Amino acid sequence: MGAPMSGNGGKPWAPSPPPGHVSRGRLERVLRSGQFAVTAELNPPDSADPGEVLRRAAVFEGWVDGVNATDGSGANCHMSSVAMCALMTRAGYSPVLQVSCRDYNRIAIQGNVLGAAALGVSNILCLTGDGVQVGDQPEAKPVFDLDSISLLATVKQMRDEGRFLSGRKITEPPRLFIGASENPFAPPYEFRPMRLAKKLAAGAEFIQTQYCFDVPLLERFMARVRDLGLDRRCFILVGVGPLASARTARWMRANVPGVHIPDAVVARLEKAGDPKAEGKRICVEIIRQIRAIPGISGVHLMAYRQEEAVCEIVEESGVLAGRKPWRRPAGAASDAAAVMTLDEALESGVDD
Amino acid sequence: MPAIRNPAAYEPQGRAPRPARKGGLPAWSVRHARFLARLYAVSCAAVNFSAPLLRRIGLERLEGAAALLERETKGRFFDCRMCGQCVLSATGMSCPMNCPKALRNGPCGGVRPDGGCEIYPEMTCVWVRAWEGAQRMQAEDAILQVQTPIDHRRKGASAWLALLRPIGGKP
Repeated sequence: MGAPMSGNGGKPWAPSPPPGHVSRGRLERVLRSGQFAVTAELNPPDSADPGEVLRRAAVFEGWVDGVNATDGSGANCHMSSVAMCALMTRAGYSPVLQVSCRDYNRIAIQGNVLGAAALGVSNILCLTGDGVQVGDQPEAKPVFDLDSISLLATVKQMRDEGRFLSGRKITEPPRLFIGASENPFAPPYEFRPMRLAKKLAAGAEFIQTQYCFDVPLLERFMARVRDLGLDRRCFILVGVGPLASARTARWMRANVPGVHIPDAVVARLEKAGDPKAEGKRICVEIIRQIRAIPGISGVHLMAYRQEEAVCEIVEESGVLAGRKPWRRPAGAASDAAAVMTLDEALESGVDD
Repeated sequence: MPAIRNPAAYEPQGRAPRPARKGGLPAWSVRHARFLARLYAVSCAAVNFSAPLLRRIGLERLEGAAALLERETKGRFFDCRMCGQCVLSATGMSCPMNCPKALRNGPCGGVRPDGGCEIYPEMTCVWVRAWEGAQRMQAEDAILQVQTPIDHRRKGASAWLALLRPIGGKP
């Protein structure tokens, strides 16, 4: 992306998005060009070492069009999404900033949105957030000042009207491709497509769904989405991921809010000689089935603690159809160099 | 999935939500959402009709009595939390402020397979009930309106009298 940060003589700090686009990001370009997109979730480190983020992101290089930096997912404390995104944009990746309403009020959120855009982030995923009770610090105060839909409307207002919620003017609006999540696999099932419509009305342009392990349920959801014409007004990326074992599947069912895993899937993992390989096989099969459903624009891979499996799954599923997503050109700055520039920036900024 | 043991530690509205009780008045309200929506339309008209009189008495002077009346009636029928900006007519007569995440625009992704709340499994999701109520209402699509973020300054104030106050004005 290489956004110019300074020395551009009073012109806006970044070039405008291409015609017909709202952001300068790669993810939006891939989706708008009609190609089947792949995004992946990056597991954030419990560390202040930038190298950990870049090493984890490098695993996805050449296989995905966007990398989601989770924001305290499962209400567990990790490196922040904004920070991970900032590190990734410096190395050239196309990160998706995740914002959860659980941890910030509207003042903090709007500040973060501007800050992330200034750091070169082009995509944002607006989330409600899991309750604090599932995380490592259940004694925390949950915020929930905004909800995911009013958050979408807030970001859209900041971008399109160039104003904060208060109406105060923003001199350079954040050029963000706005995303939302949806869970077709949780009740009230008939409300879910309508809720999607509501999210589109509030400003969502792409959707990343919860894990799909039940394709018939997704098909029913998508049939209604197509009836309402919603698939033509947004890009839907369906969440998928490999399960490492039947035990993991049961644990997720019991501990991760909103994850629906049919008994048949658990039984298949139970019987398998090599559950990890079977989990990957199931994931590839689900991706192929999803690919055949009209109205779906891509998949979102969430391979918690199995990030190295992402490229194999993408390759085996054949969803890229020979397309090669972005990777750093040979001879480009290495991870170490990206961190070096960080160090230099820090050093040159020291004035005491 | 883990549930909360001590609601006070979690509840953003400062009060634990009521577990699903089949015979409770709030459940009755959702079942009779159509009737209550009509009643609401009539009372809105009544408030607007008597606006000159109410203004002459003074909205500030009426505030205490109106809020008390509202707390007593809506508290019983809807488990009202007195957010001061009522959206019951757009949420199938199920009060969204009973959602532990205070979601005013629809359910989160954590609703349990049996329709239970992610945080309080023994409580039916506010939005599962809202959807049922909305089906019974004449203006079924009111639930599709995008609700703006809540104004926390209005908490505890009468939502009825707020009908007569300019939007964005003093809470």
